[in-house]
Amino acid sequence: MIEWITSLLSFLPSGWVTVIIILIKIVVIVLPLMLAVAYLTYAERKIIGAMQVRLGPTRVGWNGSLQPIADALKLMFKEIIIPAKASKFLFLLAPLLLIGPALAAWAVIPFDAQMVLANVNAGLLYVLAITSIGVYGVIIAGWASNSKYALLGAMRSAAQIVSYEIAMGFALVGVLMAAGSLNFGDIVRGQEGYGFVSWYMWPLLPLFVIYFISGVAETNRAPFDMAEGESEIVAGFHVEYSGMPFAVFFLAEYANMILISALASVMFLGGWLSPLAGLLPDSVFEIPLLGPLLGSGIHWFFIKIAVFLFFFLWFRATFPRYRYDQIMRLGWKVFIPITIVWLLVLGIAILAGLPPWFSAA
Amino acid sequence: MGIEKFIFYIFSVLLIASASMVITVRNPVKAALFLVLAFFASAVLWLLIKAEFLAIVLVLVYVGAVMVLFLFVVMMLDINIERMRAGFIRYLPLGILVALTMAGMLIWVVSGDGSAFNHSVLHGPSYSNTQALGLVLYTNYVYPFEIAAVILLVAIIAAITLTLRRRPNTKHQKPAEQIAVKRHDRVRMVKMKAEERK
Amino acid sequence: MNFEMPNFLLALPEIFVLGMACLLLLIDLFLKDQDRHLTYLFSLFTLVLVAVLTVYGYSGERQISFNGAYVADGMSQVLKLGVYFAVFVVFVYAKDYLRDRGIFKGEFYLLGLFGMLGMMIMISAHSLLTLYLGLELLSLSMYAMVAMQRDSARASEAAMKYFVLGAIASGMLLYGMSMIYGATGTLDLSGIASQAATADKTLMAFGLVFLLVGVAFKLGAVPFHMWLPDVYEGAPTAVTLYIGSAPKIAAFALLARLLGDGLINLHDQWQGILIILAVLSMAVGNIVAIAQTNLKRMLAYSTISHAGFLLLGILTGTRSGFSSSMFYALSYVLMALGGFGMIMLISRKGFEGDKLDDFKGLNKRSPWYAFMMLILMFSMAGVPPFLGFWAKLSVLEEVVASGMIWLAVVGVVFSIIGVFYYLRIIKLMYFDEPASEEELECSADMRLMISANALMVLGIGLFPGALMAACAAAFSTT
Repeated sequence: MIEWITSLLSFLPSGWVTVIIILIKIVVIVLPLMLAVAYLTYAERKIIGAMQVRLGPTRVGWNGSLQPIADALKLMFKEIIIPAKASKFLFLLAPLLLIGPALAAWAVIPFDAQMVLANVNAGLLYVLAITSIGVYGVIIAGWASNSKYALLGAMRSAAQIVSYEIAMGFALVGVLMAAGSLNFGDIVRGQEGYGFVSWYMWPLLPLFVIYFISGVAETNRAPFDMAEGESEIVAGFHVEYSGMPFAVFFLAEYANMILISALASVMFLGGWLSPLAGLLPDSVFEIPLLGPLLGSGIHWFFIKIAVFLFFFLWFRATFPRYRYDQIMRLGWKVFIPITIVWLLVLGIAILAGLPPWFSAA
Repeated sequence: MGIEKFIFYIFSVLLIASASMVITVRNPVKAALFLVLAFFASAVLWLLIKAEFLAIVLVLVYVGAVMVLFLFVVMMLDINIERMRAGFIRYLPLGILVALTMAGMLIWVVSGDGSAFNHSVLHGPSYSNTQALGLVLYTNYVYPFEIAAVILLVAIIAAITLTLRRRPNTKHQKPAEQIAVKRHDRVRMVKMKAEERK
Repeated sequence: MNFEMPNFLLALPEIFVLGMACLLLLIDLFLKDQDRHLTYLFSLFTLVLVAVLTVYGYSGERQISFNGAYVADGMSQVLKLGVYFAVFVVFVYAKDYLRDRGIFKGEFYLLGLFGMLGMMIMISAHSLLTLYLGLELLSLSMYAMVAMQRDSARASEAAMKYFVLGAIASGMLLYGMSMIYGATGTLDLSGIASQAATADKTLMAFGLVFLLVGVAFKLGAVPFHMWLPDVYEGAPTAVTLYIGSAPKIAAFALLARLLGDGLINLHDQWQGILIILAVLSMAVGNIVAIAQTNLKRMLAYSTISHAGFLLLGILTGTRSGFSSSMFYALSYVLMALGGFGMIMLISRKGFEGDKLDDFKGLNKRSPWYAFMMLILMFSMAGVPPFLGFWAKLSVLEEVVASGMIWLAVVGVVFSIIGVFYYLRIIKLMYFDEPASEEELECSADMRLMISANALMVLGIGLFPGALMAACAAAFSTT
């Protein structure tokens, strides 16, 4: 495939060919991602509907399956209203700043042993840095709207995201210690061995839980959706948005959810690795059809992402919203101390060569 | 033109433009945002010379944390721009003098025979900046590194000392106690005889 | 990668202080306000133990560890012991004062210990990097301590001034260090000393100037002294005591390490700058002090003039010159402790005894403490046979020995001018009527300590040989 494109573009200087191939790869990643986002909203409405004993969307398409498409079309044709005295350029820039990082972070995530856009050595740091930019989208949206509710929402969100980023960073330090590498491919390969037993979620259990909860907080999802808080500050930072800019905010939120799920599965659940590989005898994986399904592969990665996404939706259906001071208390006084203590425990475990995770080191 | 040169020129122009916007734009929030852009552009320039660790850390620390808090404060301030600009003309000669001196020194350093700059070694793609920095930091420079950590600890202590006010009469929520409450702490069953209606 | 496991034992005092300070941080968190004296006792205990560790951990020869970042030599041992002593005295004096003003919090002792750690790091620094980091650790602790009395507008203003000017000074220092690093290609002080001859002269000169400006800021030498009186006056006296005493030893160490260990080959270049700084400091310090009515401010200007004298010994650039400056620094700290201690002695709840008029008729209220103050003031003025006289004498001897007789004459003239305002306090104490007849109230440890402090000034003044020998020995090993 790549060779074919290269030969097609041979009239260009070699540097430009690389750029074009990278661009094609980006499209190949982003398009399905956008589709997944659309259908995540559908899944959310269906699942929460089921939990609340209702049906969710049913009218458009079979069982409402075309609902997201209809929603997208509706939002595209709505008028984009820009409030008076708003800072126009920043107002329109903000949604892009939010979705940009959510997409850019996918560059280093390995879908499979070979399938990764950029095999960067400092992948973990890259993700940490890129996702930390997302907060600007929220802040700028709140400030540029020239609205007090939006500003309040932006303030809340900025403080919340910055606070939880610390706990999240510490959790990632745990992964880095366990794997001894910042490269996501190496992190996943470090979890090979005895199937699901070798996954980092067991030795890093507290960090894993904290990472996922912080991830929920970072994406401003319930029960940490203080930035929106429809009952207190109407809709928070995006109260003034309509039409396509609003849709982009929506896309960014769901894209971030998928990103957090993907990162959690890569770092703690062994990414593309099968939970059974290494536990079942090798002959099982040679059975036609069933063997490749049970063996490691991209489908396991998607299954793991789906499980995490289900948790996101489940949280939203279950928990009441946190109060602001409670969120801060949880982040600073509970999560950060736990992560620091666990890093110490982890260091001891690694030094002692605790099997089966660290015995090689 | 090679792609690297192309990227270099784009981002250096962006860096210079955004840096000059930081000091000329009227709105402090916009100035802070241009500063973010400047950090970002310089991170890209660092990436180009294969200093990926520094580039990422610049984005992570300055863009992701420092500037967010900075914006946070600037957004809440009500700064009177006109008053801040009052002394502009008066300080202009001094400013130009400082700028010219700095520029002169830079030109003096750069226009030399370049002997100071030929130490850089280009490494292959498998060379990890992060690892190399970590190795030096935790071996040869472990003592200064630990002192830096102590300085940060003192900064935390100082900040808390100067800002923490214990207010004993405010009403706090204590979730741990709330959860630990048992029925008999709150409800008391009292047995009493039914009263006769008169 | 060639890496040698550093000798951690060498830095045991620093590691110990850090560990104890962290422990204190945890303990203090769980203490109630009425048990706060435990924090105080724990800090004193730490100081005593670290002194023991320092004395017994020293092998008697110069050793370098941590890849050239750390050095233990005679000078570092003597100076560290001086710092421990000064901080010990500060902690004892400060207790009552802090308690009376509702700032008797663990943070004072914590920041005090961390600041002391910074001084220790500076004293034992053998690279520009550690020197700078130690200085920052010390400065940061001091900024916070000055601001600790939050409700006082003066303290906040003083802290702000101190912080802003201190940051500028750090910037200057760092700029100078980066230039010297650029010229020599090394951060290691002995490396710099050996490279200095071949390095780019212009760059070294630029770096040297920036370096000295930064150090002069920190030391409070004229013309970089403006922050010092305001900070001394605005800060709570307990904090003034801290920043006015032990850090002077560290400042001497900073100069000795930078100029003595690192840039001794550039002696011709820095001597001129130091002469200007020293003469200006002695002139401005002694003359402006006469006009002061606030004792803290007066002592601040006296500090400036003493900084000038301190520079006199260093600018000779000889070993004996450095050792005379070291003797001067240690003696000055002992006197400053007593001087600020007296202010705290006559202060009480709701009353700051920092006006000159508050000392009126002290002799009638308490002859003993008036006598103690007399000793301290005579010593600061440089009257024989008190300690201050020997300190001034040894520095001036060195200046004469290096052939700058005019400079020695200038020093003598200004110190005679200085005698005036010290004697004025003695006149106030002995010949004026007291404004109030109230008894001095303070706890036993404070009384004991301040008497011991003043008597030490007298005692060492009578027998200065031991301390002088220690200072001379400190520089004979390098």
